[in-house]
Formats: sequence, structure tokens, C-alpha cells
Amino acid sequence: MSAPIVLAEGLSKSFRVADKQPGFSGTLRHLLRRRYRDVEAVRGLNFTIQPGEVVGFLGPNGAGKTTTLKMLSGLIHPSAGRVEVAGCLPQRRQERFLQQITLVMGNRQQLIWDLPPLDSLRVNAAVYGIDPIEAKRRITELADMLELGEELHRPVRKLSLGQRMKAELLAALLHQPAVLFLDEPTLGLDVNAQARVRDFLANYNRRTGATVLLTSHYMGDITALCERVLLIHQGHLFHDGSLDALTSRLAPCREVRLELRQVHPREAFEGFGTIEAQQGHQVRLLIPREQLTQQVGLLLSRFEVVDLEVSDPPIEELIGGLFRQQG
Amino acid sequence: MARRSVLQSVQRAMRIAAALLSSQYAYMLEYRAEIALWALSGVLPLIMLAVWQGSDGAAAAGLTPQGLGRYFLAAFVVRQFSVVWLIHVFEEDALQGKLSPQLLQPLQPLWRYLAAHVAEQATRVPFVALMLASVVVLQPGLLWLPSPGQLLLGILAIQAAFVLRFLLQTLVAMLCFWSERAAALDRLLLIPYLFLSGLVAPLESFPPAVRRIAEYTPFPAMVSFPAKLLAGESVEVGAGFLNIALWCAVLFPLSRLLWRAGIRRYSAMGA
Repeated sequence: MSAPIVLAEGLSKSFRVADKQPGFSGTLRHLLRRRYRDVEAVRGLNFTIQPGEVVGFLGPNGAGKTTTLKMLSGLIHPSAGRVEVAGCLPQRRQERFLQQITLVMGNRQQLIWDLPPLDSLRVNAAVYGIDPIEAKRRITELADMLELGEELHRPVRKLSLGQRMKAELLAALLHQPAVLFLDEPTLGLDVNAQARVRDFLANYNRRTGATVLLTSHYMGDITALCERVLLIHQGHLFHDGSLDALTSRLAPCREVRLELRQVHPREAFEGFGTIEAQQGHQVRLLIPREQLTQQVGLLLSRFEVVDLEVSDPPIEELIGGLFRQQG
Repeated sequence: MARRSVLQSVQRAMRIAAALLSSQYAYMLEYRAEIALWALSGVLPLIMLAVWQGSDGAAAAGLTPQGLGRYFLAAFVVRQFSVVWLIHVFEEDALQGKLSPQLLQPLQPLWRYLAAHVAEQATRVPFVALMLASVVVLQPGLLWLPSPGQLLLGILAIQAAFVLRFLLQTLVAMLCFWSERAAALDRLLLIPYLFLSGLVAPLESFPPAVRRIAEYTPFPAMVSFPAKLLAGESVEVGAGFLNIALWCAVLFPLSRLLWRAGIRRYSAMGA
């Protein structure tokens, strides 16, 4: 195995925030005797990412995902722990490091609002020291992949959200970074635009071998792009592995839906698993994974089954359930 | 090898400067109407000219009435081309997180702000020319043509004054990492700037004690020195430029120091 391109060891970040009570008395107290408290946004994260991996970074709002991405990209300094990206310490923001990374935030933009994206791209090419001819070639290639054409000649403010995000991606990738940190890159996009951005990212990763760490609230982004996910909750790393492994971990049972020729009493299904629902000919059971084959075989032999479906509960529900459980 | 790498660095710096200036100029042109209004709002020296022309103030300032008129006209030009609004945009960018994308690029973000100011100066040229022409049409006696040497030195002094103001504002702008309301400090600086720079009255018209205080501040270098130079008044050119250079030598390392400390704080707070 090659050396990891991203390494986080005991990575932690805490912020000191001022507490203010509402109302006039709260304002007076805030003015005279300000109280602070420490908020631990990230607590002792440990993970590595190999070159070329596409990793999903999951967690509810406030879990510490964006803070972690900002530490990895050098925007904020860790309070404790060690972080290394592409062989550099991000917080030093050396040119060698900045030339190798990019951070795209769905809610922040680097393109000049009143000018066409091409003007910003020209500035980026100069800033990253890309030869003008090479810059033109890269813009054409990326614009093709992103299906951007005359939009590059229109002021950014006149572009749709999807077109703007694609232009932002183009600007962020012009210097061919080896590591991409993407924070909600499909935020607010419609389904078609989301799919195009996903296709582009998958294609870009295949063509360039770039490493991608992606946060998204849309599970579609994660399932389409990431073989591995990091699940973070309340600043802690809860899971590091495949989505399937996460599903198995969060859902030890699989859901079996049966449609039967005849209606049977509820008792008839006891002993096969947990009866989730029974309505007429339809029955929904939860069966532990390790007993699945055996119990499905028994069900098929005992009842006249018209239709059978075995599935995992949706990952969004599983993760949502976990977060609700843990507060 | 070393010479080649220096040459490459220079070429790259030139390319960055050209790209930044052209994009910022295009950006400013989008706002030309607003810039025309800003140019109009900088007519304070012309108002002061009208006020002083109605009094016997020229003699008090040791100037002829014509010299006083030229001084204020020159002060108007200096003011127009040394306007700095860094604090306001920088504070907004820092507080709203717009600074973050800039910090991720291998270019010190202040260069972008500097380029925006220079581009804005270029955008102002036609408006300022029009306003000057209007004044001269109304008062033909105010027309004078500086010699090429005077003009060159005047332009240099205006640019030096601009750099000095930019550095001073950089220093104050960096305080937004601590106070979040650095713009308020700029308003505090406005009063000494207006009076001690020579914008509302030539410094010679002030009592000697006030003049002495002014000499210990950077403000006279921001208007009085370049305006006198441009107006053809007697002025110690070498001492004037040396004064600006000394102030820059003090403000530049200070602003760098504050930038480093400020960025560390920005990073600590959450960027």
C-alpha cells in the first residue's frame, strides 16, 4: 500500500464562543462580564486516505464535517492532533501544498460575480502559473466534461445555480489538484444538475486519479461516487469503511416483504423474525442477516408466496435513526 | 539557473498583475455609474476652493489667489487618485468568509485588493477629466499646465500617497480580525486625515503648533505634498518622498505582522 495522501491523527478542533442571554439584562451582562464556553467541533479523528480514493464524509449538521475539511485544506488550525495532506502541513499553506489541493464549498464562490467565468479562469491560470496555451487546453477539456460552452462568456450572476456550480468546479480544478475537498458540491441543485456533477466527478477521478473527500446531504452523491465512507457524529468518527458495511452495522436485520396467495393469522409468522406489518396478503418481516437464507427457505416452503422482496432499509433512514438515537 | 528562476518569477508576477488588473478593470467598468458618483463625492477640495475664494485666506496660507486655486484643484486630483476603501471590503470579506477561497490560492489576498484599487483609479480618469474641464470652463484663470517634470513627479507623489494610504488602511483593516468593526476605526481616522492632510485648508494656514503636530503624522504626505508638487508650489521634493518612504517602511512590516497574527486568529475562529 502506498503512503496515504491524507492523514489525520487525533485531529481535534475546539472553538471558544461567547454566550449571551437574550433580553436587556443579558446584553448588559454580556457587555460587563462576558462568558465564554468551549465548543468541541471535532474530537480526535483518526483516518487515512490513499491516493485516488473517493471517500464520502457523512454526518448531520454540526457534526464537524466542514470544520474537518477546513483543517485538511489549511483554512483553520487544529487545536490538537496531526494532519498531513500531500506530504505537507496544511496550516502552513505553502505554495507546494496550495498547488495540490482544492476546496469547493457549495455555499461559497471564488468566481467574480459580475464577470464571465473566463475572466476568473484567466486570473486563476496566472496565479497557479499555468502557461496560457496549457490553460486554454485545460479549460476546453474541463468545459467539455462539464458540458459548459457559451456559459463561460456570460456574467456569473446571469448563470443558473447548476451552471454556476459547474463553473466553480472548473475554476477549482484548473490547476489539476491531486486532492479535492468538496463540501456539498450539489447543494441546491436540481436532480439533473446533481447527476451531471456526479458524473463529472466520477469521470474526473477516473481520468486524473485525483483523491476526493466529499460531504453531501444527498445520499445519491455518496452512493454514486464513494466506495468508502467516513461517518462522523458529534465530532467523533463513528464508521470508516464501505457503505455496505455501514448498512450491516446500522441494520443487523434485512427487510423481507411477502405477498401471499392466502391471508394467514399473525401467529403464523412468529418465529421467522420481527413482524413489522401485516395487512391482508402483505407481510413485512425483519430477519437477522445470519438467519436470512434459512428463514426465507422456510417461508417459501410453508406459504404460497406470490412475490418476495429482500432489501436493506434506506441508508438515510438508518443514519437518521442513529443520530436520533444518540441525540 | 538562479537567474532563470528569477526571470520566471518576474514573468509570473507580471502575468498575475496583468490578469488581476484587466479583470478588476472589467469589473469596475460594470460599476462605472457608481464610480462616477464616488468621483462626484470627492469634490470636497473644490467646495473648499469656493469657500476660500470668498475670503482673504490665500494670503494667510502664503499663496496668491491663483496659487490657492491651483492648490485645491491639485488636491482634488490627488484625492481622486489616492482613494482607499480597503477596510470596508476587507472587513466584509473576512466576516462573511469570502476571504477563505482567496486564502486557498498561492497569492497573498491583499494583491487582489490592491489591483482593485488601481483598476478603480483607471476607471475614474474620464470622470475626473470631465470634472476638471468643467471647473476650468467656469474659471479659466485656474488653468495651468505643469511642466513634464512636475507632472511626472506629481503623478509619482500621488501614487506614493496612495501606497501610504493603502498601507495605513491595511493596518486598520487587519484589526477586524479582533474587533469585527474595523470600519469604525477608519471613521476615527477621517478627522485627522481631513485636517492634517491639507484637504480642507493648506497646512500653512494652520497655527504653527498644529503644523508641527501634522509634520509628525503621515497625513501631509497624503495630500499636501503631492498637491503642492502638482500645483508647482515650492516644496522639498527629496524630503517629501523620503518622508513617504519612511512611513511606508514603518507601516509595511507592521501590517505584515498584523496580517500574520490576524490570519492565525481567523484560522482559529473558524475561517
